[in-house]
Amino acid sequence: MNEKKFTHSRFQITLVLVLAFLSGFIIMAIELLGGRILAPYFGSSIFVWGSIITVFMLSLSIGYLCGGKLSLLKPDLRLYGSFFVGAAILLLPLVFAGNEIMEAVFLRIEDPRYGSLVVSMLLFFLPTAIMGMIAPYSVRLLVISTDGSGHVAGKLYFISTLGSALGTLATSFYLVLWFEVNQILITMCMALLCAGFVAIMTGIRNMQSQTIDLNDNAK
Amino acid sequence: MITIDGHKFRCRQSLWRYLKAEVLIVLAIALIIFAKDLLAQSGIRYIHQERSLYRNILVTEDSQRRCLRFTITSRSGQNQSCRYLDKPVELVFPYAKMTLSSLLVQSNPQRILIVGLGGGTLSDTYSQLFPEAEIMISEIDDAVVRVAQEYFGFQETDKISVDVGDARVFIKRAGLRGEKYDLVILDAFNGEYIPEHLMTVEFLEEVKRLLPDDGMVVANTFSTSRLYAAESNTYREVFGEIYNLRMSGTGNRVIIASIQSLPDTDLLESRAPAFRALLEPFGMDVTEYPRVMSKEVSWDTSERILTDQYSPANLLNN
Repeated sequence: MNEKKFTHSRFQITLVLVLAFLSGFIIMAIELLGGRILAPYFGSSIFVWGSIITVFMLSLSIGYLCGGKLSLLKPDLRLYGSFFVGAAILLLPLVFAGNEIMEAVFLRIEDPRYGSLVVSMLLFFLPTAIMGMIAPYSVRLLVISTDGSGHVAGKLYFISTLGSALGTLATSFYLVLWFEVNQILITMCMALLCAGFVAIMTGIRNMQSQTIDLNDNAK
Repeated sequence: MITIDGHKFRCRQSLWRYLKAEVLIVLAIALIIFAKDLLAQSGIRYIHQERSLYRNILVTEDSQRRCLRFTITSRSGQNQSCRYLDKPVELVFPYAKMTLSSLLVQSNPQRILIVGLGGGTLSDTYSQLFPEAEIMISEIDDAVVRVAQEYFGFQETDKISVDVGDARVFIKRAGLRGEKYDLVILDAFNGEYIPEHLMTVEFLEEVKRLLPDDGMVVANTFSTSRLYAAESNTYREVFGEIYNLRMSGTGNRVIIASIQSLPDTDLLESRAPAFRALLEPFGMDVTEYPRVMSKEVSWDTSERILTDQYSPANLLNN
């Protein structure tokens, strides 16, 4: 066994931590903007926030489950990166068809409680679920031994929840004051795309270098 | 001994460190109770206090008037709605009188929508002035409706009804049903928190859809901060020219906007004497009001218009 297999490059550790931070930041920023997005159709009553938070919790929980299950396979930065690309793509309906979707639900469901719940499911469930997959998969990417697994998980929770805190703060204090909702969302889509792209490229490079290592060992 | 003393000292220090948060909480609670006592000493009695889903609701009374408050702070400007105990018809607040003076622009509203009930002052006033008018009130908080009924004599009748829910939803649905209101009064802004989705171009377009050709919107809003400019620009974007009513001694201003172009103040001045007697019981001389109405653009027109995409009203109000 090559010793290299038991450690991760500093770059890879930093990459995973930065990406976990980013996903935490974006999840909470979108949740906060969700209230703003739904208000024109369903108001800002307490149950609108109830719907949004319910859907975010539900989709994150399912995302955690799926991400955990996928991490049983060989850890792969390319798969990890594709979560980010997938989240960016699944956010696009929110940006480009949000009003049409909300209008359709508004016309069909009179009760704003269920209207806001259905719209939250349609707009937020898939992108948030896929972002939920990032957290457990990040743990798998960084864990080397069972002894250190709690430490790694703690560090990742710390960094992604810190991201969530800053995402909430930045969005509610400043971003909505400077930009339009869709400008913020599109920027976040781009950030997710870039993050995904970097992760995928790093994954591909790792694969190549591993093949070279194996070739070297064979000689 | 010294070491024991030293030890004790360290103990005391760490105890303080341990219980710092608890001690501070107790002090904060004591301060709140003390502040309330101070209010009581100044002659204000608390008649009712409750915490609804949206706010703290307080009903206070002194020797002259009974008031509704949505917050616990003691600043006197925080009353939402007040009634004189001995002359309940007379209006207490300048903004209510400014709102009423909009009758000079459109004198006979028969279908009226009021957004934000408060103590029911505006609804009572309009129903006294126009007993045949249908008045619809949109109020988000059912606790406010109950308090208005119990402490301010508000009543639903066959002419006056309340829809408990978000005004944006009510107005959007009313528009889809093709309903029309001669007068829409927007009074949902309480200073502490502004419902940001009730200030945007899109919202005002939905309000405009409810107005017949001679319909009018009257909004009670803010006269200071960047929000003043942003909001003025937003109303102008939707309605064109607006009347801006400002009076000294109040942080409120009133906007009057209509579908048809607004009459000039000269015309309003010539109309005013005929309304004088009608509005006198409410504690106002309406002939003084054309003077505080202005179509002049006296704000920063470069401030961004508020839209559903960009509406940081509460941040702009700081």
